[in-house]
Amino acid sequence: MIETDTIKSGTAENNKKFVFTTAEKTRKRRHFVESLFFSLFRLSALINASALIIIVYFMASRGWRAITWTFLTQPPMDSMTKGGILPCIVGTVCLSIGAIVIAFPIGVASAVYLNEYAKPGRTIRLIRLGINNLAGVPSVVFGLFGLAFFVIYLKMGVSILAGALTLGAMSLPVIIGASEEALKSVPDTYREASLGLGATKWQTIYRVVLPAALPSIMTGGILGISRAAGETAPIMFTAAVFFIPNLPTSVFDKIMALPYHIYVLATAGTEIEATRHLQYGTALILVALVLGMNLVAIIIRTKLRNKMKF
Amino acid sequence: MAKPRKIKESLIRNIMFVVASASITILFLIMLFLFWEGIPLFKTVPVQDFVLGEYWYPTSDPPDFGIFPLIIASVVVTVLSAVISIPLGVMTAIYLAEIATHKVRELAKPLVELLAALPSVVIGFFGMVVVAPFLQDVFDIPTGLNAFNASLMLAFMSVPTICSLSEDAIYSVPDNLKEASLALGATKLTTIIRVILPASLSGISTAVILGMSRAIGETMVVLMVAGGAAMVPTSVFDPVRPLPASIAAEMAEAPFRGPHYRALFATGVVLFLFTLLFNIIADHIAHKYKQVGDATL
Repeated sequence: MIETDTIKSGTAENNKKFVFTTAEKTRKRRHFVESLFFSLFRLSALINASALIIIVYFMASRGWRAITWTFLTQPPMDSMTKGGILPCIVGTVCLSIGAIVIAFPIGVASAVYLNEYAKPGRTIRLIRLGINNLAGVPSVVFGLFGLAFFVIYLKMGVSILAGALTLGAMSLPVIIGASEEALKSVPDTYREASLGLGATKWQTIYRVVLPAALPSIMTGGILGISRAAGETAPIMFTAAVFFIPNLPTSVFDKIMALPYHIYVLATAGTEIEATRHLQYGTALILVALVLGMNLVAIIIRTKLRNKMKF
Repeated sequence: MAKPRKIKESLIRNIMFVVASASITILFLIMLFLFWEGIPLFKTVPVQDFVLGEYWYPTSDPPDFGIFPLIIASVVVTVLSAVISIPLGVMTAIYLAEIATHKVRELAKPLVELLAALPSVVIGFFGMVVVAPFLQDVFDIPTGLNAFNASLMLAFMSVPTICSLSEDAIYSVPDNLKEASLALGATKLTTIIRVILPASLSGISTAVILGMSRAIGETMVVLMVAGGAAMVPTSVFDPVRPLPASIAAEMAEAPFRGPHYRALFATGVVLFLFTLLFNIIADHIAHKYKQVGDATL
């Protein structure tokens, strides 16, 4: 209303006022739109954070009662409606440690080659394409591959070894990525100083670059273990079975594993409703294991970042 | 003296090269063995009947191996999850990269990473026991285990991928671009929409494609939550059976090297080709429209 009045009166002073009020209005509108959008952005960040918190909350609030000493130290009993999950915990630990023992050296060496030796060109592009695509292969396809290659072709049978190899192949891209990141953060002055003192390329890598990058490479290793520990589909056909009360004694044994146990209890158990508390309990243990390892990795990384600003 | 040293150096270099080729070797072996076990199916079932056949009754007599409903199911849950995860992931990335204070950023980024770290079987379990009964009540539908629930769970699995990759892209937009825009009188929002997003578009597209690739290949969630009916869905609340779910659910029962076993490997081939396509597109975008700085605008 003010605008129409000022236009009619037409004096210079009123025109000034008109410009001012329009500008003011535009500014206010812009401000409103902006804060609307920003709230939307903030809201979506909040939704993500709360998704994590809600899932963890449900597992914790419904699962903590199931967790007793018996639960952690006994095998399942009475067709898996009672008892504990000890074989599953042991199985998951065996599988993820096996996977990392296989994938860690290969992953770190790959990263060293890519970051320290390789020159830009066709070969490196191809290797990177391989790594990126390996990272994108669906977990169930890794399972099929493990079944066809390790279990059947190499005659390992359904075993810890076959499962660990499959999981190792799957966590390779994670470890390569983290190690490369770590190697990149070592400043070139380190390398130049070492080379300038007459060290060879390998001596430089082995004595200077790797020690400097080691803590963050370890972080990548922890992330690799946690990824391997949580996966289900790759071990379904290669290592895990419904039920086996004994702890494994060799790498050719079949085993139980936490993720597969959750799936079995929740979908194929004899008493799905009656074992709900066991399902929540197992899920809680798995979540605690995986998130715990990730938290450790994040804390180490944050500390490193604050400590070593190269 | 210099000679053995040189030999050692080049030996190490070559060993490193061989080890670095492990990834591509594994990828090659995956392809080889999927085809090896899957392709013999096509001696008895023509390719078009397999891909376009509308009936998946692998255990009836005679069996039907048509994975068309499974492909549609995978496409439906992937697209639906993308509808949820793209805005959510990109907006979170914008918030973290441009709006959040340093403190909030330091706190929120690990949360997104932890969301990515949640085991898929736990998310599937959550969808089964918490989200499914909730959806059943709210929408008054016969089962909460359906395409919508699966898409919702998948969305939260692909959000971290989309978010962290987009954030990297947004974060690496050079400051002088932002400053130029702000100096011309643009608001922060205008700067984000007109300058920062176009400048980081290739990174964001890569992020979105990789996120979708993760969703289409994700197994446990669709196995536990999607409902499992091998039919072409007519609504988002219909139970569906995406490709990975079918493989994971049936492999244990399929007779060794029988037609069903072969058909599941062939399904794996189709799934593998889907994700390979996604990854090659993402790689192509990332290389062709490489974000190098001011010059790209």
